[in-house]
Amino acid sequence: MNNYQPVVSIQSVSKVFNQGRDNSIKALDNINLDIQPGEFVSLLGPSGCGKSTLLRLIGDLTPPSNGSIRIKDKPAHQARLDRDYGMVFQQATLYDWRSVIKNVQLPLEVMNYPQDKRDVRAQEMLKLVQLEEFGKHYPWQLSGGMQQRVAIARALSFEPSILLMDEPFGALDEMTRERMQLEVLRIWSQTKTTVIFVTHSIPEAVFLSSRVVVMSVRPGRITGVIEIDLPRPRDVETREHPHFFEKITEVREMLRKGETA
Amino acid sequence: MSQPADLISAVEEELLPAAHPAQFSQRLRRYLPAIALFIIGLIVWEVIVVVFNIQGFLLPRPSVIASHFVEQFSIIVSDGLFTMREAVGGFFIGSILGVLVALATARWASISEGVMPFAIAINSTPIVALAPIMNNWFGITNPIAKMSIVAVIVFFPVMINVVRGLTQVNPAAIELMKSYAAGDFSVLSKTRIPNALPYLFSALKVASTLSVIGAIVSEYFGGSREALGVYISQQAALFHFAEAWSAIIVACLMGIAFYVIILLVERWVMPWHVSLRSTEE
Repeated sequence: MNNYQPVVSIQSVSKVFNQGRDNSIKALDNINLDIQPGEFVSLLGPSGCGKSTLLRLIGDLTPPSNGSIRIKDKPAHQARLDRDYGMVFQQATLYDWRSVIKNVQLPLEVMNYPQDKRDVRAQEMLKLVQLEEFGKHYPWQLSGGMQQRVAIARALSFEPSILLMDEPFGALDEMTRERMQLEVLRIWSQTKTTVIFVTHSIPEAVFLSSRVVVMSVRPGRITGVIEIDLPRPRDVETREHPHFFEKITEVREMLRKGETA
Repeated sequence: MSQPADLISAVEEELLPAAHPAQFSQRLRRYLPAIALFIIGLIVWEVIVVVFNIQGFLLPRPSVIASHFVEQFSIIVSDGLFTMREAVGGFFIGSILGVLVALATARWASISEGVMPFAIAINSTPIVALAPIMNNWFGITNPIAKMSIVAVIVFFPVMINVVRGLTQVNPAAIELMKSYAAGDFSVLSKTRIPNALPYLFSALKVASTLSVIGAIVSEYFGGSREALGVYISQQAALFHFAEAWSAIIVACLMGIAFYVIILLVERWVMPWHVSLRSTEE
């Protein structure tokens, strides 16, 4: 693709749960994937294909059984200690006892940023997700979509090099979801962060990504990778573009190929 | 959370409604049924005692209790305060120890596995039964004897609840901290302890009532002349039931006051708590 050093390099990775026991499950088998800086990559596949597990391996929340994962040419574990990852889960996981602005500051507190810098950063982040006026609100006063935007602001507050998103819009209704997709594209284009995005929605993956990694089940493996060459910036028009539908069909066919293989 | 907590939150809603402070007239209307029932109850009591000619030592009339209450007021209140000091002292000793042990247990899982089964077993034994032994250890008139009973009563619910609060944290919240490469202390102070606060307060509310009961009942086994429990048992032994009833009213008011104070502290410490969310936006 280009000459950059990949920001994520996954080589021959597999993951077995309950290894060596009767109930052992092979969740991922021989995964190879390189991700370039500034890419937006989606991991797409049916439930049980290990896409979330792969994301958790990249984020060093769980170790691989075999193979190597290197982030900016260092082990994933070191990358986590260096605070290279921002994480957004399906549930916003905001802390009830913190106001919105204090939630955004949480990672900055953990990382011992000075108070003045925390305030400035948190305010910038709320501006980025267009929630400046909601800093003093508590999470339960916000809608699901707003809560998820706070979670994104929190994940980006310490300028991680990689944003890991695990079905972040899975719990939202379709209209909110489409608005959030535009939002995340805008944020991505402003921050230039590398995004790895787990989803089981084909249109979502195609609309957002520079590349879609199609995965299949038992054991989880990569069926193929599809380049999405739709022009940017993408907007509501993109969803009506004939090429958008062609790409959706291409992804769908690859998913089907994975089923029969 | 457990069922008692739900019952408690129902009671709280009665005592201190969470919604915005209503107009005085609205509040009055809210409490009117309870006040009416109370007054009707007293009248029915009075009438029944008179009509059926029930002897005063079995059930004194409310008006007789009231006149004795006024007569004995200064003695009952000073005895009440004496007992309250025992209850509050024991409450603090028991809850502080409960929180400290809970923190240790949450930090070192092996302590938890060793301690919890005993904690639960002891929690279901009647601890006031230890009162004669404590009297023997510390001296019958020494308030420490009663405080230790109260402390033991309070310790277990506080400890068990705080351990739950420290350990039953949303796993995603812990993973989030892990993704920030947060140390154990950060996880404890920023995630586990705030998560445990509602559990702590629901235990403290139960403990506030238990501590007044514990202090009074342990005084039934003997204690200082200035103690409310001693007063009740002596007056009852002398067939002075109107005095005994007057003291019981004070005991009841002390229990409620203690509970309400803890409730107010809870609202002050946790303004974000679920029970305080108003439905209007």
